[in-house]
Amino acid sequence: MTTRRRPAAEPLLWLLFSAGGMIAALLVPILLFLFGVAFPLDLLTPPDHAHLLAVLRNPITRLVLFGLCALALFHWAHRFRYTLYDGLQLKRFSVVIILFCYGGAVVGSIISAYLLLTVG
Amino acid sequence: MSLYHRPIPLFWWLERRSYLVFVLRELSSVFVAWFVVYLLLLINAVSGGSAEYERFLDRSGQWWLVTINVIALVFVLLHAVTWFGLAPKAIVVRLRGRRVPPPLIAAAHYAAWLVLSAVIAWVILR
Amino acid sequence: MADEITLEVVRYRPELRIEPVVQSYQVPLREHWAILDGLTYIKDHLDGTLSFRWSCRMGICGSCGMTVNGDPQLTCATFLTDYAPGPVRVEPLRNFPVIRDLVVDIGDFMDKLPTVKPWVIRDVDSPVEEGEYLQTPEELDEYKQFSMCINCMLCYSACPVYALEPHFLGPAAIALAQRYNLDSRDEGASEREDILSSPEGIWACTFVGECSAACPKDVDPAAAIQRYKLTAATQAIKNFLLPRGAR
Repeated sequence: MTTRRRPAAEPLLWLLFSAGGMIAALLVPILLFLFGVAFPLDLLTPPDHAHLLAVLRNPITRLVLFGLCALALFHWAHRFRYTLYDGLQLKRFSVVIILFCYGGAVVGSIISAYLLLTVG
Repeated sequence: MSLYHRPIPLFWWLERRSYLVFVLRELSSVFVAWFVVYLLLLINAVSGGSAEYERFLDRSGQWWLVTINVIALVFVLLHAVTWFGLAPKAIVVRLRGRRVPPPLIAAAHYAAWLVLSAVIAWVILR
Repeated sequence: MADEITLEVVRYRPELRIEPVVQSYQVPLREHWAILDGLTYIKDHLDGTLSFRWSCRMGICGSCGMTVNGDPQLTCATFLTDYAPGPVRVEPLRNFPVIRDLVVDIGDFMDKLPTVKPWVIRDVDSPVEEGEYLQTPEELDEYKQFSMCINCMLCYSACPVYALEPHFLGPAAIALAQRYNLDSRDEGASEREDILSSPEGIWACTFVGECSAACPKDVDPAAAIQRYKLTAATQAIKNFLLPRGAR
């Protein structure tokens, strides 16, 4: 087998995937339970607007939320890429899949950064 | 010599329960991405002012959106449980030269999950 | 307990048919008989044309791996009574080309194994007169689990990534590379790095975990691969951040 220098992308993408998997596992269940299930079904009273805005204006909140959004998207990109490769045997379209997945994560991260920087 | 190669069905992961669980675990990432979209919509609504936030809350009560979010929550929980279960395989921690037993590393993940969830709930609901 | 059990053996005889066919045999259901004993009974008493591999009959040689009711198993360590009342389907190991009946071509694994250099590598070999390379029990524990591999290839048979991506280095080869990387006497980790960190190495693995479930020796190849991913990723970051001399 060849011993050519490997591309450095895989370790970096795997680290982003892992960091995203970890932060998503730790933070997403509670957030999704509150805003996706508990508040809509009136199991709990949603916080008022002023309180949420104050929380969002805190720079630490914004930093955490940006980390969560960007890393979670790279987690999705990496996992979904391999799910398409293996689960649907689409590896022959790998260029398109890579562009779609990681490109989507980059675009999503930029949108998150914009929305978090422009919190009113 | 003519060798026989067993063909691989397109949906090979339906052949074994463990393969199916694996594919479901991998598909949980789609719901993680969905959550990011939902979170960004929420952030955008909060930034847009009180009226827009109220509209977001009304919309989030629609039956189809609640259905998606309940399914997403199930998948996200599957992600969390499988993630904490597998993390000790990759992470080897040594304390005073001794290897920390894997179940203890998994327990530490669950503890962190509990604490962080409580902190988030407190910040949002207080 | 019934005194017989049916073995449904998947047979492939290319000179007769280009597709495998199932052939059923009635074999005695005895308490201490493994699947392999059932196959030997067929060979000796019912049908001498049946082909299969075996050697030690005690879970050491790794020759008798087959697919039993869909699971990769050592047939010498899998008992007929656990499948009573049957029938039991015996197929060749998955993910390997079949040569005949239950005999598969293991050439691919045999080609891959030496590429990870699964032996102790020293920068400078010290002369025999200086004695052994010493090792503490703690240092032994670091790699002992991975050294239990018997090259039975059940992990390759269980791995869907290997099925889809035949170039994948595979669970046992990576676990054996880690067995030497984690050995305190070994200095060859950098020589194994290129092949392990290639796209066909650790990065092809999606952590299905079935290799570890299938392993009859509890080697846990999936853990070996994930650990090396973390090692390789950390190394890549260091290579990126630190100047050449400080790594």
